[in-house]
Amino acid sequence: MSVKEENIRLKQSEEWSPRKLTLGQRFNKDLHVNWQLYVMVIIPVIYYLVFRYVPMFGNILAFRKYTSGGSIFGEGPLTLKYFRQFITGKPFWQAFSNTLILNGLYLLFRFPLTLIFALLLNEIRNLHWKKFVQTVSYLPHFISMVIVCGMIKELLSTSGPINEVIAKLGGEKISFIAMAEWFRTIFVASGVWQSLGWGTILYLAAMSGINPSLYEAATVDGASHFQQVIHVTIPCILPTIATLLILDIGGLVGSGGAFEKVYLLYSPLTYETSDIVSTYVFRMGIESGSINFATAVGMFEGVINLVLLTIANFVSRKVADTSLW
Amino acid sequence: MSDIEKTELNLKDIKAHNPKNKIKESAGYKIFTVFNTIIMILVSVATLYPFLYLISQSFTSTQAIIEGYTGLVPKGFNIETYRYILTRNDFEFLRYYLNTIIYTFIGTVLSLFFSSILAYPLSKPKLRINKFLSPFIIFTMYFGGGLMANYVLMLKLGLKNSMWGFILPMLISTYYVILMRSFFMSIPKDLEEAGEIDGLNKWGVFWHIARPLSTPIIATMTLFYAVMYWNNWFNAKLYLQDKAKWPVAYFLQTIIRGAGANEPDAQNMTANIKSCAMVLTVLPIICVYPAIQKYYVQGMMLGGVKE
Repeated sequence: MSVKEENIRLKQSEEWSPRKLTLGQRFNKDLHVNWQLYVMVIIPVIYYLVFRYVPMFGNILAFRKYTSGGSIFGEGPLTLKYFRQFITGKPFWQAFSNTLILNGLYLLFRFPLTLIFALLLNEIRNLHWKKFVQTVSYLPHFISMVIVCGMIKELLSTSGPINEVIAKLGGEKISFIAMAEWFRTIFVASGVWQSLGWGTILYLAAMSGINPSLYEAATVDGASHFQQVIHVTIPCILPTIATLLILDIGGLVGSGGAFEKVYLLYSPLTYETSDIVSTYVFRMGIESGSINFATAVGMFEGVINLVLLTIANFVSRKVADTSLW
Repeated sequence: MSDIEKTELNLKDIKAHNPKNKIKESAGYKIFTVFNTIIMILVSVATLYPFLYLISQSFTSTQAIIEGYTGLVPKGFNIETYRYILTRNDFEFLRYYLNTIIYTFIGTVLSLFFSSILAYPLSKPKLRINKFLSPFIIFTMYFGGGLMANYVLMLKLGLKNSMWGFILPMLISTYYVILMRSFFMSIPKDLEEAGEIDGLNKWGVFWHIARPLSTPIIATMTLFYAVMYWNNWFNAKLYLQDKAKWPVAYFLQTIIRGAGANEPDAQNMTANIKSCAMVLTVLPIICVYPAIQKYYVQGMMLGGVKE
């Protein structure tokens, strides 16, 4: 066989390579080789369909009447009346603005503090001391919100240590938990307390991945230690900062972790500053039984959340070249 | 000056300015270190203070608490409340505690299994279905059914008032699946291929090769899932009406929220019953999480690395 013929034969056989197969054929081949992997995902996929996607479509209850015991997708014609109901009501807008204010304030304090704490941790040279501080600072992350809020209430109660200090300094005791004007402070401060340490993990991981030669080069160029942080460390962890910021901005309207804490700390006395969308949904839907109404409110929140996340993701891709998808 | 000389000079420069040497020289850095240490001590104290306060209260005598004692050293050492909680059946703390242990155990085992059999195939970039499966899974992180639709579904499935109503809604966490997938991706392909050459099928490779190599991520996930089940009270509030099925976190919520009116025992008991119950609930977590710190830090790191 001549070389030419050989080449032609090779070309022909290439046509049998997976690239030339139709989608269906490729899939069949994959199924044949990897069928066990396909079997593995069956139950999880069913789980996702039932417990994640069915409720997603269950959002249609925002538009169709639900009767107790009836279809989870509602009955009868589609209607916008539930949306009209909450859009025109004052409690919803109060909850909506509280959600934005609480999440915004929390982000405003927590985000820079976490970054600074991570930078400071990164400067500790004594590894035992560093590990100790880290371990201690991770602790609140693992504690149930019930306990966290229980502790907040104990510490802030009129017979608690904080009021005792106030009394000793000659001040008047304050019933913090019952006062609307204190709610934001309590929410943000306890949130920072709980998340400060855990929030540093990804930053520290990113910092440990920085090539040491960059610092050496900076030193050769005469950069002071502080300048190294500004010109080496921060630029190197910028993608991590961007990713975390996208997630946080995407969560600005969301209930996220805020629901549990607000629910456990608020009372009708403080609704004016404490009631957020998700607690409003809970009260209307579960406690008062207005299922359709509450679904509409919850869905509104979910959609805004998704839109915000998409925008943040887009901006981050353009500006910092980092994105979630 | 020749090039070689120049290079040598540069090398000397680098050695002289080795970051560690430089740090020792600079007075400014010494001041910073002191300042940094003080901040770290303050953060540690602020983090631990509420726990120490709780522990102190739990051992303080009823008399001292009524008088408003708020110190960090227990006053009038008192273990009666603990004895009451742990031995008297009418308070039923132990029953709730046992429920939590059962839910945490069953939930964690199931969660680990189902998360890993989802994460492992997802970690195979060549698997055709992943083109659809990855977005299918990940989308649920960004948009969901919301409280009401989930609630209605659970009612429809008849899961109200059953242990499964507590466990199933959080059986698979998408975020944790992503973390596991990242870890599985980091397992060297050669090892898995060697297993296949030795005659293992795909499941065999997963079970006998990938799983034993995944101790760090399995330890991490065990902790995360166990903590999630241990701490959850909200599913219990939604789905467990029967008091006998309550987990301890939900029981705590009812006594802390001052729904204590339904809890005559808690009202009449010593003033520090909440502190004792909280300490007992937190204790297992405090004992466990530092032990596997090196694993979960590693696990989170892998998850944070973008592909």
